[in-house]
Amino acid sequence: MLAFINLISTWAIPIIIAFVPLYAYYRKVLVYESFVDGAKEGFGTAISIIPQLVAMMVAISVFRASGALDFFLSFFTPFFQWMGVPSEILPLGILRPLTGTGSLAFTTDLIGTYGPDSMIGRIASTVQGSTDTTLYVLTVYFGAVGIRNGRYALKVGLLSDLVGFVAAIFICLLVFG
Amino acid sequence: MINVIWLAMIVIGFCFAAVKGNIEVVTQSAFDGAATGVTVCFGLISVLVFWMGMMKMAEDAGLLSKIAKLLGPIVAFLFPDVPKNHPAMGYILSNMSANLLGLGNAATPMGIKAMQQLQELNPDKQVASPAMCTLLAINTASITLIPTTLIAIRLNYHSANPAEIVGTTLVATAFATAAAIILDRYYRSRLPRTPKRFVDRTQPPPPETSVKG
Repeated sequence: MLAFINLISTWAIPIIIAFVPLYAYYRKVLVYESFVDGAKEGFGTAISIIPQLVAMMVAISVFRASGALDFFLSFFTPFFQWMGVPSEILPLGILRPLTGTGSLAFTTDLIGTYGPDSMIGRIASTVQGSTDTTLYVLTVYFGAVGIRNGRYALKVGLLSDLVGFVAAIFICLLVFG
Repeated sequence: MINVIWLAMIVIGFCFAAVKGNIEVVTQSAFDGAATGVTVCFGLISVLVFWMGMMKMAEDAGLLSKIAKLLGPIVAFLFPDVPKNHPAMGYILSNMSANLLGLGNAATPMGIKAMQQLQELNPDKQVASPAMCTLLAINTASITLIPTTLIAIRLNYHSANPAEIVGTTLVATAFATAAAIILDRYYRSRLPRTPKRFVDRTQPPPPETSVKG
């Protein structure tokens, strides 16, 4: 099963890259012009995201570097120890929705410190892999179309991150415990 | 919500730095953050340009509407207010498939295209439509079959079994996605029923509810 999934992962993009232009050509589309048209749009979109992304990254960076993040984390440590969950994981749970690169760096650090096959290493891997960077996705997606009021999107995103985080911890304790 | 979070992070960070007596950290980290933001964006440019070119071709060839027809029922359930055979459906589907295959960098442009299509259906251009919120919910909890990056990192650190976390990741991500879909449905059902043309933006948002995590 795993080999099959790996096979799909390896082949999916090359097949798309080969098949889409072929099919488009067969359907009498001017493939080159069509590609360039879309690509132009992509460039504009990428550039238009910069302001939102910078705004978000600045806030996260200040919050983390000032030590505020660590301070808030220290509140949760006793509760985590009482649950039997290594508290080293907690910062990752907070970082994960906020910053993709930051949480990946943190996960790498945990794996490096405790070993990939330790409980902490396994939980960290699972947490990092199981959800996406909510704040980043929200910033990029809504920024690209100029939405100012995201309604309940952020709430739903963060709550489902919490569910994923808790699920990751429990499933790891269950499987590897 | 986003305004409050953003402001709070900066102000709290400032206060902490001030109390600890190393206020210069604020300056340093603010500019670091700005640099990171731009760097990430530049990293995105090549990917966005390439994939949007590919997607445009697929769209012109009528491929997207074909896929949409095929897998329509699933998406129709998640997005009841998007008309069938609308191009948005095709992009939403491509975005979901890319997430599933762990092609994170391909999922983003398709998600953005889907958002742009949904924006055309959106009566109020400043406020996210329920469909947009659903798309976002699905993406933030993105179901992943293969966490490629992580397997690579675990290999790097000489794990005895780098891929052993694939199963646990799949279970955790399934929970997160289910939660996202259920929560999205719940909040959607509580939206004030406003006529399509007159969205009253002075209306307070629905009251906060505590969800036990």
